[in-house]
Amino acid sequence: MVDIKTYDNDQIPAWCPGCGNFSILKSLKQALAELDIPPDRVLMVSGIGQAAKAPHYFRCNLFNGLHGRDISVAVGAKIANHNLIVIAESGDGNTYGEGGNHFIHNIRRNVNIKVFVHNNQIYGLTKGQASPTSDLGMKTKVQIDGVLSPPFNPIAVAIALNASFVARSFSGEPEHLVAMMKSAITHKGFALLDILQPCVTFNRINTFKWYKDRVYKLDDSYDPTDRISAFEKALEWGDRIPIGVIYVNNRPTYEEQLSQLKDSPLFKIPITGIDYSDILKEFR
Amino acid sequence: MKTKNLIALEGNQAIALAMKQINPDVVAAYPITPQTEIVQVFSEYVANGEVHTEFVTVESEHSALSACIGASAAGARTMTATSSQGLALMWEMLYIASGARLPIVMTVVNRALSSPINIHCDHSDAMGARDSGWVQLWSETAQEAYDNLIQAIRIAESVNLPVMVNMDGFITSHAEEVIEPLDDEEVKHFVGEYRPLRSLLDIEHPFTVGPLALQDSYFEFKRSQAEAYKRVIPVLKRVADEFSKITGRKYDLFETYNLDDAEIGLVVLNSTAGTAKEVIDVLRGEGKKVGLLKPRLFRPLPVEELREALSKLKVIGVMDRADTFGGFGGPLFTDIRSILYDVPNRPIVTDYIYGLGGRDVTTEQIFKVFENLENIYNTGKVESLVSYVGVRE
Repeated sequence: MVDIKTYDNDQIPAWCPGCGNFSILKSLKQALAELDIPPDRVLMVSGIGQAAKAPHYFRCNLFNGLHGRDISVAVGAKIANHNLIVIAESGDGNTYGEGGNHFIHNIRRNVNIKVFVHNNQIYGLTKGQASPTSDLGMKTKVQIDGVLSPPFNPIAVAIALNASFVARSFSGEPEHLVAMMKSAITHKGFALLDILQPCVTFNRINTFKWYKDRVYKLDDSYDPTDRISAFEKALEWGDRIPIGVIYVNNRPTYEEQLSQLKDSPLFKIPITGIDYSDILKEFR
Repeated sequence: MKTKNLIALEGNQAIALAMKQINPDVVAAYPITPQTEIVQVFSEYVANGEVHTEFVTVESEHSALSACIGASAAGARTMTATSSQGLALMWEMLYIASGARLPIVMTVVNRALSSPINIHCDHSDAMGARDSGWVQLWSETAQEAYDNLIQAIRIAESVNLPVMVNMDGFITSHAEEVIEPLDDEEVKHFVGEYRPLRSLLDIEHPFTVGPLALQDSYFEFKRSQAEAYKRVIPVLKRVADEFSKITGRKYDLFETYNLDDAEIGLVVLNSTAGTAKEVIDVLRGEGKKVGLLKPRLFRPLPVEELREALSKLKVIGVMDRADTFGGFGGPLFTDIRSILYDVPNRPIVTDYIYGLGGRDVTTEQIFKVFENLENIYNTGKVESLVSYVGVRE
């Protein structure tokens, strides 16, 4: 039996007291334990940022790479060994900013990886500059007159690209968060989980209370397979912010469409003893 | 003589102050440790209306240098700053800036490259950009970084080449140091107004930047670019002369310390040169003929001048804060050794790779380097041409 302690290691998280990351860390361990997934089956990939430190605090396979590039690494690993559960875990700056291009094209590609984004609407690691999801007009130490560009809407972008699974949760709702993580992990296809999270040190606007006062859970009457209503939910931001599974589109994964991956993972396919005499005939 | 205006500033703050006084038209940048503070302090100057700069915050360093290239091609005086992976991500744009002959000036706060991730000082970032066509100035202290940045504007715009000013991450960027800045008016006068040869926004004289040049012309473009670097040395010397007239601070292609009568010499970049000077003082006190050469201009390499300065030494130790994996010693070593190849009775040159990823560089380590060099001097025997200093093995 896998329990939450299975994923503990001896590293002490270097986050501020009260950081939303703690609850996300615990929730993911909880989700993996409830799904009874052993650590050797999990690969966590991260980029750079406070959120991207999260995998350091897990006892499982880990690849910590460059800012914004974690999704690409995750895709490579998943294609080489699709038996792995591959989770790319980073923040809003990493995934929606510098990694934006990879985010867009891998949603299209639909590799069965999980992308968990700690979205605190600020750059925490470099100490408080505006991120792609900072609200318009937000003042920071660099954007002193306020942010001039409207925020990136990851949910709307993902739905526009026909993402296979799009959900949002909040670090202050751990039960909901665990449920969303489990749904994302068990979903077959690219799964985006945008996790609202207060940054207690650098974001004094989008605080725990700010989110708590605004988030509401989508109930059973909501149909996440309806793309038009999903768009409506994606555009809701301000006084009320929906959390839950916002869009599901069960389309074939990238791996399913590759005949060479049908029988076994790529890394197990032998590269010797292949009869290629037929191919050679063409060149004779 | 006017009273000295001395203030305590961190290296990054000194750079931001120099940028304020230069008052560039455009700055585009992305935060990265340990450079972040430069951009942050500069953004305050922008917000306070102390500069007229268009300050563009972008989504990556690739975009930062791309925006700078666009701005510079359009005729703006353009600056940026970065570190480590930021510089690595700029790599393909570095060649666009130099190939298009755009005089962009960038501070590089030197930091190690991943993997594994590390935020502390070494020179692998700038050395990775060594061949990209950017003029490289190096700085031992915050004062030198400040002075270099102001002079870099003049050098870049005189030769139409981009210039990077290097200083050590954390060691120089985050340490508080007493510096003597120039007055705002002095800097304004010194850098003057930028008048580009041509610009994209000059609709009377349209021109094209970077179009396709294949087998019939690419080589000629590159050949003429190679020629441009010959102008850097005389321009740098002229700019340094002018700078010393207003500040009293003398700069050259490199600095020497007790080198004239030395038999054993050390060559090292940036802040470690300061530590080495302490060691040399002690060794000189013991009557040992040791000295130092600290390069300021590393690209283009002042070949003749370095040869002249180093050829009379018997043994030279080069200290490299970067490795060339699978190569023959660090990048500074291979250059210095090659420069001396044609010298009759050429000195023995050995390499010491040190301080990677911010590993502390102590006087003890440098004493050991000198001890090793002295052994070579006494015996003529070299046990290892390239060795690593201060590492557990």
